[in-house]
Amino acid sequence: MAAVAPVRRPKRRSIPVGRILLLGFFLVFVLWPLYWMFNTSIKPSDDYLTVPPVWFPTAPTLVHYEAALFAYRGLDGLINSLIISLSATVLSALFGTLMAYSLARYNTGGQHLSFWVLSQRFLPPIGIVLPVFLIYRGVGLYDTHIGLIIAYTVFTLPVSVWMMFAYFRGMPKSMEEAALVDGCTRWEAFWRVAVPLAAPGIVAAAVFAFIACWTEFFFALILTSRSAFTLPTVFRAFIGFQGAQYGEAAALAIVSLVPSIALGVLAQRHLVRGLTLGAVRG
Amino acid sequence: MAEVRITGLHKRYGAFHAVRGIDLDIRDGEFTVLVGPSGCGKSTLLRTIAGLEESSEGTIEIGGEVVNDFRPRDRDVAMVFQDYALYPHMNVAKNIGFGLKARKMPKPEVDARVAEAARMLGITPLLGRFPRQLSGGQRQRVAIGRAIVRNPRIFLFDEPLSNLDAQLRDEMRGEIKRLHQDIATTMIYVTHDQIEAMTLADRIVLMRDGMIEQQGAPLDLFERPASTFVAGFLGSPRMSFLPGTLTLDGSAAAIRLSEALLPVAPGRSLNGAIDGQAVLLGLRPEHLTRAHAATPAQGTFRYDATIDLLQPTGSRSYATFRLAGAPVMAELQAHDVSRPGERLPIDINMNRASIFDAKTERAI
Repeated sequence: MAAVAPVRRPKRRSIPVGRILLLGFFLVFVLWPLYWMFNTSIKPSDDYLTVPPVWFPTAPTLVHYEAALFAYRGLDGLINSLIISLSATVLSALFGTLMAYSLARYNTGGQHLSFWVLSQRFLPPIGIVLPVFLIYRGVGLYDTHIGLIIAYTVFTLPVSVWMMFAYFRGMPKSMEEAALVDGCTRWEAFWRVAVPLAAPGIVAAAVFAFIACWTEFFFALILTSRSAFTLPTVFRAFIGFQGAQYGEAAALAIVSLVPSIALGVLAQRHLVRGLTLGAVRG
Repeated sequence: MAEVRITGLHKRYGAFHAVRGIDLDIRDGEFTVLVGPSGCGKSTLLRTIAGLEESSEGTIEIGGEVVNDFRPRDRDVAMVFQDYALYPHMNVAKNIGFGLKARKMPKPEVDARVAEAARMLGITPLLGRFPRQLSGGQRQRVAIGRAIVRNPRIFLFDEPLSNLDAQLRDEMRGEIKRLHQDIATTMIYVTHDQIEAMTLADRIVLMRDGMIEQQGAPLDLFERPASTFVAGFLGSPRMSFLPGTLTLDGSAAAIRLSEALLPVAPGRSLNGAIDGQAVLLGLRPEHLTRAHAATPAQGTFRYDATIDLLQPTGSRSYATFRLAGAPVMAELQAHDVSRPGERLPIDINMNRASIFDAKTERAI
């Protein structure tokens, strides 16, 4: 007797309504302020606070960008911020990698030094900004690029060190040992084997350091004045006795997002691997 | 090629004493296997020879030169690691050539030697691949290639096969043995696997608690173990140990296991043993056979055994029975025994049996 195979109906996947709703809500939550910021930056001043709001400006304008970048010296702030943040990031990554390697592989300073490094972040910034200000005034670092680069390097170092420390600790020693037996000095084993393998961790730490420097306001406010001021400090000027300059603030905010987004896109691949702190290895 | 001499070597990690006074002479071209249970200090000893650990005391000589203060790179040794330790960011050719490049060898020569090493190991088609694209066995071959390409004075192997599955392990074991036959360089090999130790070694150094328990040719250790530890560690299935009493009656000696009296092979030296001494009789499964002759041969003891556990392996069957209350395993021909519960006459070859002092567990 020939058995008739039952017709198998392919199971149709049901539409994940809940998931779509959740993601939709999340998307709106994240993107709405960005949209509003962009919208505001190209609106004529009269449209800022109208009821009902202007959703799509009919006559977009770039006057706010022009004012923010030139009249309010936003461009100078942007350039200062780039110089200071990039320098501090590079230094932080460099020293952080060296220090973390030393802590992880040589157990430098026993168990206390690594914790002491992190403990530097326990200090509230307000507690040290005044002495730093006085010292900077005394040695001529006040309102200089170098001054802020030093300060930012020092502030970002603990987190860089700890991220890299975890990364190096998760890396098996045997590859460096193989390099030592193969004919490398300690420095070569570090530079030619450990550093390339730790690249995702280094990139992740550097991105964190850059974001911290890029958005830092408090120290920049206290330690700079007319020449080394950074982008975040420019925003102060938009709220003054004449009222709030919403368009200019929004325009500069959009400008300040660009480097962060560019960096995020460039580093994304490394960032995801770096944040797993050595758990994922090729 | 070089001999290795280790004298009075100690290694301490704080309060932990990992290596406790090792004296060891390894001849040029010898294949020495350091074997022992985990934590016995064998890997630490190997790493100290490589220069990856500093010794706390004692000297290490390679080729007649004290190398204690030499950096690993200056000792001219090559090492194969348990986890292969390939450089993940370099392809196979770069991995193998890395050591030569680090020593500033000109590129054409590096390429030629890499090609030769790859040919020897049959990995030429893999030269352009990255370690993550290789199987475990291929990775291990690359790791060995990285060692042989440098033509070092000594090869060090740190449990190189323990991450491989059983079949591949057998295959690679054969290849390592062949490699040693081909290049005849001094090799020091660490393992916890007694079969690797027995099959590969010219000499086995069996370690326990940071000290050498016994060293010698594999068959020497197997046939004449110095202690119950050595006897129990080498050989699979394990040697059976039966508690008994030594009886000396003039020239004839015997071991009493409750009701049974097993004669000690005549002419066997029992230096220092006294009448009534508590002993352990050590019997390997292959010392026991099914009796076929009408009367037992010289030096054998016949026992009517009731098999209570049978483990067939195909050609042979491991049969466990009780002798004076203690379990004993016999390795029998598969057709000699059919089922548990069977009664069989078993001949125990006392000429090959080991006798240990029950207290010190040292051989008598």
